[in-house]
Amino acid sequence: MSISGKLAAAIGLFAGAVALVLWAVFGFIMPNTPTTDFTTAQPAGSPVNLHVQVVGAIGYGPHPTWVSYLVQTPGGAWSHSTIWKLPPHTQINMTIDQYDSGSPLRNQVWGQIEGTQGGTVTLDGQTTSVVNSYIGNGVGHTFAVPSLGIVVPLSGVDGSAKNFCSTPAPCASSAVHTVTKFSFMTPGAGDYQWQCFVPCGLSTLFGNGGPMSTVGYMGGFLDVAA
Amino acid sequence: MSSQSVGGGGGGTEPRHFARMFVIWLILATIADVLYYALLGPHIPPGTMTTSAKDDQFDFNILFIIALPVIIGVWTYLGYSLVVWRAGRKGLAEPVGGEWARGNKKVQIGWIASTSAIVMGLFVFGTVALVIGAGSGGGEGPSPVWSPASKNPLQIQVIAQQWKFTYRYPSFGGFETSQLVLPNNTTIEFHVTSLDVIHDFWAYQLAVKADANPMSDNIAFTTTRELGSVTVRCNELCGLWHGAMFNYGKVVTPAAFESWATSTEAATAVNTKLLPPYATTYVPDANGADGALYPTNVYPYSASEVYGAKVAAS
Repeated sequence: MSISGKLAAAIGLFAGAVALVLWAVFGFIMPNTPTTDFTTAQPAGSPVNLHVQVVGAIGYGPHPTWVSYLVQTPGGAWSHSTIWKLPPHTQINMTIDQYDSGSPLRNQVWGQIEGTQGGTVTLDGQTTSVVNSYIGNGVGHTFAVPSLGIVVPLSGVDGSAKNFCSTPAPCASSAVHTVTKFSFMTPGAGDYQWQCFVPCGLSTLFGNGGPMSTVGYMGGFLDVAA
Repeated sequence: MSSQSVGGGGGGTEPRHFARMFVIWLILATIADVLYYALLGPHIPPGTMTTSAKDDQFDFNILFIIALPVIIGVWTYLGYSLVVWRAGRKGLAEPVGGEWARGNKKVQIGWIASTSAIVMGLFVFGTVALVIGAGSGGGEGPSPVWSPASKNPLQIQVIAQQWKFTYRYPSFGGFETSQLVLPNNTTIEFHVTSLDVIHDFWAYQLAVKADANPMSDNIAFTTTRELGSVTVRCNELCGLWHGAMFNYGKVVTPAAFESWATSTEAATAVNTKLLPPYATTYVPDANGADGALYPTNVYPYSASEVYGAKVAAS
């Protein structure tokens, strides 16, 4: 083989190796969670109704014991998805069914509702601006979009209740749960990270590993796009 | 074939090369320093929003203004040598520079002495600048050696947690908020700590950067001097959402700050009563003081396993 041929072969092999490495790396780090599209289910400019549930254990998949969010698709099915595509400058009416037990917040600052319309939420029918995590069943999880200033604590349920949800997700509405409702406006186009501030990654450092650090479980994105 | 000699003196038609180089250098260095000072100096980061930032900018400018003549000196000598003492195509005197090319004690001693004087001068300058009581924008630990002259700095606690900074204002009832608002023309005393892993509080325009460590109170000072926006980022890799751990703050007029602080204190009064008493450090959650693991089977959670516990969980 001529020198130019050898050179071409070497460059080709190197490029192939680089492509293989990049494919493996991105395949590992890119989230596997699907995106749920809410931009076309209603007329343009109409509010979007987002129904979400938080469960104590997803019950299937590679991490069946991990806590997780699920979202109800426009078609009505429950999807294990934490990337939600939303229209810009639109009111989002969010309902979160919280099925997990609770505890005091690591930082009670997350008990102050922020960023919702009126600065309040409706918790099991009662309007409130603060959730005291030191009383009752505490706070199970939170829904927060830091870059939008949205913080919503989600009250916990009694973990010893007879109808505590212990089946694979989605949990049935007959299982004990709290219902938190609130609204907010989406901003302009962009990806807005959201997360939970209750460290519930059991057996991980400070509880922020596992589901807390995996997109598709306790964190995701609001993919605001036209 | 006559040999060329370097340096001044001597008779004949040999030019005074060093004098020429000195004049060229002096003109170029002066122009460069003036242009730098006038055009670039006011824009050197991190800007002038605080006394710390302005001091940093001043220090950078001093270093540049001193370094530029040194660089130009080297380039002048190099350029002059390349032009004046370049080897001709026809005939070549060996060595081109004559005996001067082999060494010149005066030049060597002069160079070493002048550069040493510059370095030592900058060393003294840097030490004095560090000591002068403006306080450093960097974290100085719980017992700073030097602190600003102001007797009443505004204390703001920066609490880092995965993955958001929150701020507590002890002089306004200890409310905690995710907003960073600072009054202008005020000395700020940041107390930086963490509730979980190591973070780093980096407020770019304030020229403040301090590690946020669990169970540690890291104090950093600055004095605001201009109104404007502040970008705060975490500068210590702390997990999945480290890149999303940022927020925007602002420096406002003292009157606007007072209005914001009192209204926020009122708006968060209910929740503030539920927060632990203000302290410079807090016990991290769940055996976490030594970096241990989140509990796997503790229910109900004990009071010692939450932020504000008086004792670490065992």
